[in-house]
Amino acid sequence: MEANPRSTGRLPAAFLTPGSSSFMDFLGDHSPDLLPGRRTLPPVQGAIQAPHGTTIVATTFPGGVVLAGDRRATMGNMIAQRDIEKVFPADEYSAVGIAGTAGLAVEMVKLFQLELEHFEKVEGAQLSLEGKANRLSTMIRSNLGMAMQGLAVVPLFAGYDIDREKGRIFSYDVTGGRSEEHGFAATGSGSIFARGAMKKLYREDLTEQQATTLVIQALYDAADDDSATGGPDVARRIYPIVTVITDEGFRRLTEAETSEIARSILEGRLTQPDGPRAALL
Amino acid sequence: MSTPFYVSPQQAMADRAEYARKGIARGRSLVVLQYADGIVFVGENPSRALHKFSEIYDRIGFAAAGKYNEYENLRIGGVRYADLRGYTYDRDDVTARGLANVYAQTLGTIFSSAGEKPYEVELVVAEVGASPEGDQIYRLPHDGSIVDEHGSVAVGGNAEQISTFLDQRHRDGMSLAEALKLAVQALSSQSNGNDREIPADRLEVAVLDRTRPQQRKFKRIVGRQLARLLEADGAASTPTDAPSDDETDEATTEGTTEETGGTTGAGE
Repeated sequence: MEANPRSTGRLPAAFLTPGSSSFMDFLGDHSPDLLPGRRTLPPVQGAIQAPHGTTIVATTFPGGVVLAGDRRATMGNMIAQRDIEKVFPADEYSAVGIAGTAGLAVEMVKLFQLELEHFEKVEGAQLSLEGKANRLSTMIRSNLGMAMQGLAVVPLFAGYDIDREKGRIFSYDVTGGRSEEHGFAATGSGSIFARGAMKKLYREDLTEQQATTLVIQALYDAADDDSATGGPDVARRIYPIVTVITDEGFRRLTEAETSEIARSILEGRLTQPDGPRAALL
Repeated sequence: MSTPFYVSPQQAMADRAEYARKGIARGRSLVVLQYADGIVFVGENPSRALHKFSEIYDRIGFAAAGKYNEYENLRIGGVRYADLRGYTYDRDDVTARGLANVYAQTLGTIFSSAGEKPYEVELVVAEVGASPEGDQIYRLPHDGSIVDEHGSVAVGGNAEQISTFLDQRHRDGMSLAEALKLAVQALSSQSNGNDREIPADRLEVAVLDRTRPQQRKFKRIVGRQLARLLEADGAASTPTDAPSDDETDEATTEGTTEETGGTTGAGE
């Protein structure tokens, strides 16, 4: 084992100790330096300049949940990356979208995916959706020290609850506080505008097709008013990432599907730049 | 007489090997076969929940015969090894060869260390490649040696006889249904010629399917899908009354009930 130079090549004791089904616990025992939460940052003056991911939105519909994110990462007033991906499958029935420090967030997602997969392999059964949401909470809390220095990671977690047979959304704050959102949710710098848009457009009887349109509308409105959120980029063919989770599992919409929705939205905005109007009364 | 009791090293090793082999022979046999689209694991297992086959990583599967608590321990160790390696480097850097090496070192050290009782297990580590040429199957006997196998392999009680049976009949490019049927035939064949029938609900079947679109290629085949495969080509295995030599495996499954309870409770 690379992690144990003194070993004779046999698996070190930590590997064969029965008990925990958690990969993070194992990592904490065996090689704690690999855990993101164990790092301490030297004292620094002011904010650290690192790419930040921006807006993530989610909405439920009867039969599932949609989670989507824009593609922009910013560093100060500069666009750090135009085609960053911020929405990832966590396992077959859940997905996580991240806003905040991109580098830390991607690492956190990688560890979170592994945590769920590891549990599933060791136990032979999946964690409950609540269990997964709690696990993510712990990971965010362990990043609190970094968050205090400006390197926060704030995800949005969405999944299909097989026991309750419905899609559910969980939102988080930097301290790891977790709350279940009903209907729709948004996180990141453009979330205020996205949430405003969704508030007016959301209905309880959305179809899957309507739900995917709703999230792209919301991202468009976020990009409209927030400089850190990127709208659909027709010239470069960069469209938001839209994922749908139903009882059939996780599915990411293809570029052809999202571009079609994005184009029809752009078409509508040519005549109505502020998007569809909700009834006044 | 105060002369220290002398046992020659050869004798000591032979005794340990004998001990381990007897333990393994008490367990039911299982077979691992290559077929056109991957690798299939077939074994007789009355339990639905306590598996002999399991997923280690994206393309790697694990099969074990022998004492449950010992191979379960090795299985979890393997999952931890693979996940840690994939996390530190990349998912592509986790290979069956690396895992088999670690298992061999572990089994070998335990086997030759006088302070520990040898593990009564025989493992198979298999990795499915992008094409049949890329498939790898390693058999790991109790003493830490590695055997690189091709086509088919059997471990457990009747391993030798089943291997011979399979070697004569297995060919490359079999369909899943064909490979499964051959495996069931091999498992139910007996030296005295009185072949017994193994009903579908006592079979544990899993595949590493290279055509699966997901990253993780391991899949259990259960229920209707299994029945359909067994009945393909019209050759159904009709369930008959179970033979009397059933009790042999109870020793291996006995300790497992507690084991499962323990692991579930520990999942914090």
